[in-house]
Amino acid sequence: MKKIDRSSKVRTGFHQAKWDEPVIFELTKPGERGILVTKANPEVQKAVEGTSVLPSFLQRETAPALPEISQPRVLRHYARLAQETLGADVNIEIGQGTCTVKYSPKVNDQLASLPQMREMHPLQDESTCQGIMQIMYDTNRYMCEISGMDRFSFQPSGGSQGILTMASLVYSYFKSKGQEKERNEIITTIYSHPSDAAAPHVKGFKIIYIHPDENGYPDYEAFKAAVNEHTAAFIVANPEDTGVYNKNVLKFTKLVHENGGLCGYDQANANGLLGVTRAREAGFDMCFFNLHKTFSTPHGCGGPACGATGCTKELEKFLPGPLVDFDGEKYFYNYEITNNPSAIGKVREFNGVAPVILKAYAWIRSLGPDGLYQVAKTAVLNNNYLFKKLMELHCVDAPYIPGKQRIEQCRYTLETLFKETGVSTADVQRRMMDFGMHYWQSHHPYYVPEPMTLEPTETPSKEDIDEYIETLKYVFDEAYNNPEKVKGAPYQSVCHQLDESNMDDPKQWAVTWRSYLKKFN
Amino acid sequence: MKTLGLLINPIAGMGGSVGLKGTDGMYQEAVRRGAVRKANARTALALKALLPIRDDLLVLCPSGEMGEDLAREMGFQVKVVYSCGPDTTAEDTIAAARAMADADLLLFAGGDGTARDVFTAVGDQKVALGVPAGVKIHSPVYAIRPEAAGELALSYLKGACGQTREAEVVDIDEAAYREGRVNTSLYGYLQVPYERRFLQSSKAPSPLSERSQQVNIAWEMIDQMKPDLYYLVGPGSTTKTLMDVLELPDTLIGVDLICNKKLVQSDLCEQDILKRMDERETHLIITPTGGQGFLLGRGNQQLSAAVMRRIGRERLHVLATQEKLFHLHGAPLLVDTGDPEVDRMLTGYVRVIIGYMEEQICPIGAERQ
Ligand SMILES: Cc1ncc(COP(=O)(O)O)c(C=O)c1O
Repeated sequence: MKKIDRSSKVRTGFHQAKWDEPVIFELTKPGERGILVTKANPEVQKAVEGTSVLPSFLQRETAPALPEISQPRVLRHYARLAQETLGADVNIEIGQGTCTVKYSPKVNDQLASLPQMREMHPLQDESTCQGIMQIMYDTNRYMCEISGMDRFSFQPSGGSQGILTMASLVYSYFKSKGQEKERNEIITTIYSHPSDAAAPHVKGFKIIYIHPDENGYPDYEAFKAAVNEHTAAFIVANPEDTGVYNKNVLKFTKLVHENGGLCGYDQANANGLLGVTRAREAGFDMCFFNLHKTFSTPHGCGGPACGATGCTKELEKFLPGPLVDFDGEKYFYNYEITNNPSAIGKVREFNGVAPVILKAYAWIRSLGPDGLYQVAKTAVLNNNYLFKKLMELHCVDAPYIPGKQRIEQCRYTLETLFKETGVSTADVQRRMMDFGMHYWQSHHPYYVPEPMTLEPTETPSKEDIDEYIETLKYVFDEAYNNPEKVKGAPYQSVCHQLDESNMDDPKQWAVTWRSYLKKFN
Repeated sequence: MKTLGLLINPIAGMGGSVGLKGTDGMYQEAVRRGAVRKANARTALALKALLPIRDDLLVLCPSGEMGEDLAREMGFQVKVVYSCGPDTTAEDTIAAARAMADADLLLFAGGDGTARDVFTAVGDQKVALGVPAGVKIHSPVYAIRPEAAGELALSYLKGACGQTREAEVVDIDEAAYREGRVNTSLYGYLQVPYERRFLQSSKAPSPLSERSQQVNIAWEMIDQMKPDLYYLVGPGSTTKTLMDVLELPDTLIGVDLICNKKLVQSDLCEQDILKRMDERETHLIITPTGGQGFLLGRGNQQLSAAVMRRIGRERLHVLATQEKLFHLHGAPLLVDTGDPEVDRMLTGYVRVIIGYMEEQICPIGAERQ
């Protein structure tokens, strides 16, 4: 018998399930059924006649064009699709920068799927859901402690909606003073998350962008030129998407306040700051946390999420209502805010995604204050280690603040690799998947050339990080020795090579089956 | 059968290898320093990509080293449309490009000087693409590498890539460059085939999204315009879009004057502008050149120091796509009116319109000579 050789750091034997799985509509077989609903017996039919029938004007004339397919075939279809994913439980999740994809303890999933939780309805009487209301109330207090804010709402169901909620608070604040027309500008930085501009834009604000100065930090002189009597707010991420932390942020928030504006902190990526700095002390009036990132609920790449949004006492009266309060004996929904004509109103039904709040609560409770601080320290340490190792590579660089420390993530550039080999960051991404590794480039548009954004979080061990680095090196070596190999990737993964040239031409794509049929039949 | 116009500037790139910044007017010196001809070898890298369609392709080219030799050597079907002597000149490039007017695509190898000659010959009407072979490559009409030019040409000729975009033809003054000064001028635009993966950044805007950004910029500018004032509209494709949105004719590389969204006068010279400025309060709408980001002093000399002194900072409106600003990597937009005092007056921070209700704060700096 031979000993199995496990010396290779790179998982060259990885191979993902790959199916040429049709769209479910293509699987349809006329007449095939998943469930045959038996007809009610005649007495029942008679008894309910007329009562359960939709009024005729609401009834459709033709049956909906749903796939006609049996249960086992549906199951097979989705089971196959499920195998064609590279989820956080399969790969070493270092590659999805700005998303804080950390290990989400399975026990918290179990809590969220307890029948008491799963089968609860938000319209139940308050007296029957005191438990989850307490959890909402307490999680709000923890968020306040972590950020220095006075009150949080869990309604926003994602970071971008949290930003929209902050922009709406800004609007309400100035509306209550009769100044919503003049105060119509929101300032942000180029390297803040694009939603920091996009969401306020949706709210009707004009967006003013600040570029980094020659030292790589947001340009204060440009900022001074931007702030004026029209400034409604400064909404910014810190650290920015590049991992650069603006240590002078207090100077920025001060200037905005002197000019009568508000400040909102995008804390979607707070993993490096837990127990280290607080939004309040940095001069912010509002902030939001992504419970699905920092608080491990997890980041489902579009799964259920929560952009918990908090503000100071002064802005509390504008928050979306109702809020959960405690009268000394029981928890109750406080509807007072909903009577304030300047309040922003609901941004979502009920009080957000309850299982997400529960999981964040469980995660915070399991760590305690010291544990949270340890998370931040470990996440930053992991990032420093990764950064140092990658910067030793000839083809990797990190623009802005050369030589200085990033916080918990970093946006690198592979410009040198591209210039010397013709292998782009998109090629590297597809090749990394052949080794079961997730890898992410950047938000659009690409400001950093050939970007690569990595965020190790506190989860991976040193061995995990080393494996990720070794795999990257393996791909870079290939790029120099056999660039065509990298450009032709993937070979062992499910992803397709896409020509993105005309992706913004509506003629080139279809978002529904019906429009696909229209365009291609 | 598709036709490809092939045009090689055989001496392109020679100056570079022997420490000369460009070969324009320096050919003899380059030869004296021992430079060898490389343009044909660079073009071969591009043509290699076209070998698979060799049988369905007719190559139109000038004789000898300007195309014929290489095309024959690589086994293409060749039709010589222009014959030139052993010492080829810019005039040969221009005449040869004109002789290929029927080609589906004009593939030319050289540097910024060659691109200028091609532009002189065919304007912005023909689809053309550059194979980088020269010393100076500042014009985005060139693909990033010769191989990329070949692949893009293949894709275009096969009909797989149907889009084209206007790309700038810029050139720098070589004499000044050799003395360490950079003077770029915008000469015009060529139509180049477009496919995202051949651009520097694979996520750069496509012609469609770039165009829609420009349209958004135009609407923001239109919203900011006040009635009864004069607006001078400078050269460039971003300002051209403003004129397109207003359904007004535009001088792509000249200055036009509008008022209440109507055209008052086209292609004004400095004297016209100064005369018009006596009539009403006059604002100026300009866009920086791609590459170095010149606001004034390159390709718009009619916007002179005398004009700018009266426009001042308050009546200056700058438009640019975010992409264009990004290529500056935070470097200031440059002004060079020839009058240091006016340049100084213009420096500082300006709000650049980058979209509908979107602005970026950018520094303006004086180009020190
Ligand atoms: C800094 C920052 N802000 C906001 C967001 C948006 O959050 P969400 O994806 O939940 O809308 C993200 C997510 O990538 C982010 O990184």
